[in-house]
Amino acid sequence: MPDNPKKELLEIRQSIKDIKRKIPPREAKSLDPIIRELEERITGLGADGTPRAAIDIVKLARHPKRPTTLEYWQILLHDFIELHGDRRFADDQAIVAGIGLFNGIPVTVIGHQKGRNVKENIKRHFGMAHPEGYRKALRLMEQAERFGRPIITFIDTPGAYPGIGAEERGQAEAIATNLYHMSNLRVPIISVVTGEGGSGGALGIGVTDRIYMLANAIYSVISPEGCASILWKDAGKSGAAAEALKLTAADLFKYGIIDGIIDEPGAGAHEHPEETAALIKKTLSAALDDLLNLNVEALLSRRYRKYRQLGVIIEA
Amino acid sequence: MLSRLFVTCSQCHTTHFISFLKHSHYVCSKCGYHFRIDAPNRIKKLCDRGSFFELDQGLKSADPLNFPGYQQKIDDAMIATGINEAVITGVATINDIRTALAILEPRFIMASMGSVVGEKITRLVEYATDHMLPAVMIISSGGARMQEGIFSLMQMAKTAAAIKRFHERQLLLVTVLADPTTGGVTASFAMLGDIIIGETKALIGFAGPRVIQQTIGQVLPPGFQTAEFLLEHGMLDMVVSRKNLKAILGSILRTHQQRPYAQGGERHAR
Repeated sequence: MPDNPKKELLEIRQSIKDIKRKIPPREAKSLDPIIRELEERITGLGADGTPRAAIDIVKLARHPKRPTTLEYWQILLHDFIELHGDRRFADDQAIVAGIGLFNGIPVTVIGHQKGRNVKENIKRHFGMAHPEGYRKALRLMEQAERFGRPIITFIDTPGAYPGIGAEERGQAEAIATNLYHMSNLRVPIISVVTGEGGSGGALGIGVTDRIYMLANAIYSVISPEGCASILWKDAGKSGAAAEALKLTAADLFKYGIIDGIIDEPGAGAHEHPEETAALIKKTLSAALDDLLNLNVEALLSRRYRKYRQLGVIIEA
Repeated sequence: MLSRLFVTCSQCHTTHFISFLKHSHYVCSKCGYHFRIDAPNRIKKLCDRGSFFELDQGLKSADPLNFPGYQQKIDDAMIATGINEAVITGVATINDIRTALAILEPRFIMASMGSVVGEKITRLVEYATDHMLPAVMIISSGGARMQEGIFSLMQMAKTAAAIKRFHERQLLLVTVLADPTTGGVTASFAMLGDIIIGETKALIGFAGPRVIQQTIGQVLPPGFQTAEFLLEHGMLDMVVSRKNLKAILGSILRTHQQRPYAQGGERHAR
């Protein structure tokens, strides 16, 4: 560890800024690996420059004061109108959706919604969606496709809701169907993991052209507690499980699963919602600019290839 | 799994002589319980004799996260089963109809889906797409393989995307959900069949019964998450006993060999 971690952190931040500002875009492309490496070195560090343990990031990702999806949308969108219901069974309160203008561009937005207090969280099922939530999302994604509107999804869920009704109404089918159709939707889709990216419940609205994570967000196949209780029969070992699962933004960026990390100022998004939203806006604007310039064939073949190449195997 | 002389049915506790059980498709003669059977046995029962040709046999799992104990687990499973990973894929004829076939192997880490299972399923679907073959998948799996972390989760998206492209060629996928089919496998390729078959009394679901029970704090109703329960709730096309599986698959495949009005399907092609 460096002698003065905070100073080192600030220096690295400054050099990334310098590279991005001072180098002409044409040459900047070749510096991408260097920027990547620098960003890797500082993500996962606390404001004082010392590394955060994975479990501490898990706690931040679940922080009760962390801004929720609707709060971000209030800052990021104009003319936002919330739309409701799957037209089949119910209006799931754990997934919210609607239309609005982002930077003057019409978009469809979809996201998990957690509550701010116990009462709200009961209504929102703590951000855990039922099948009707995924079906509402798909209905509005297909609507977006019909109107040529890009889609932005905000991911923040512990997972899909595990319950009797959810199973009876086809939780697995609802998620599978979303993965299937999202892989081929003919408009750009971008997602941001703002808090918890909980397994299939997250992926159900997360098959996208670009995916970004806030610096203190997590994305994992299983919760650290679930993993610890299955593997070691001890939910108390969640710290070790969080480490082993490699669920932080820095880990996932290193593995090439996500396209970028969105910085959180100071102690985290819960203390700086406005600034965090501004940083999200910057990243989303750039991504949207890129994707809107692609023709649909290129968009779809890139999306297919992106998921096609994920996985690590040994070929004999 | 079935290596001794006798085996006891886990449901009704009847003791069976294994060599007799073999002739009844490993189905309990008293209560109809379907014993879990291994992939080579499935191939023997399902494919026309000698017709199975294996694909991508050599693929093996890496340990991308360097996850504690995982490499040992893979090595043990390879020794115990004599195969390299939890799915066997290939091409065979079923009642003389050429079919792409995937069979999950529950003896191999509960046939959980890591990168290799996802890759082999995807390659098989792509092979079937390229060769215009129908595909049949016999599925049993504990879900995503958590030791591969996010890479295992991404296999759900990868397999679903491949099936989407397959369907755009108007090809047929039949999935057979055997005991148990849960988690990320149910929530990806298992539920994407044009026709979805449950094997008698198989446990099928997304969340495991223990997790649900912990969440809601109530005892689960009897028969919850069985194939019969899913049929009742509209999630399956039919529940089939293993004894009849080959005949049913044969009929389905035969019906899909002709397109009396092919231009009607063009809307779905891209």
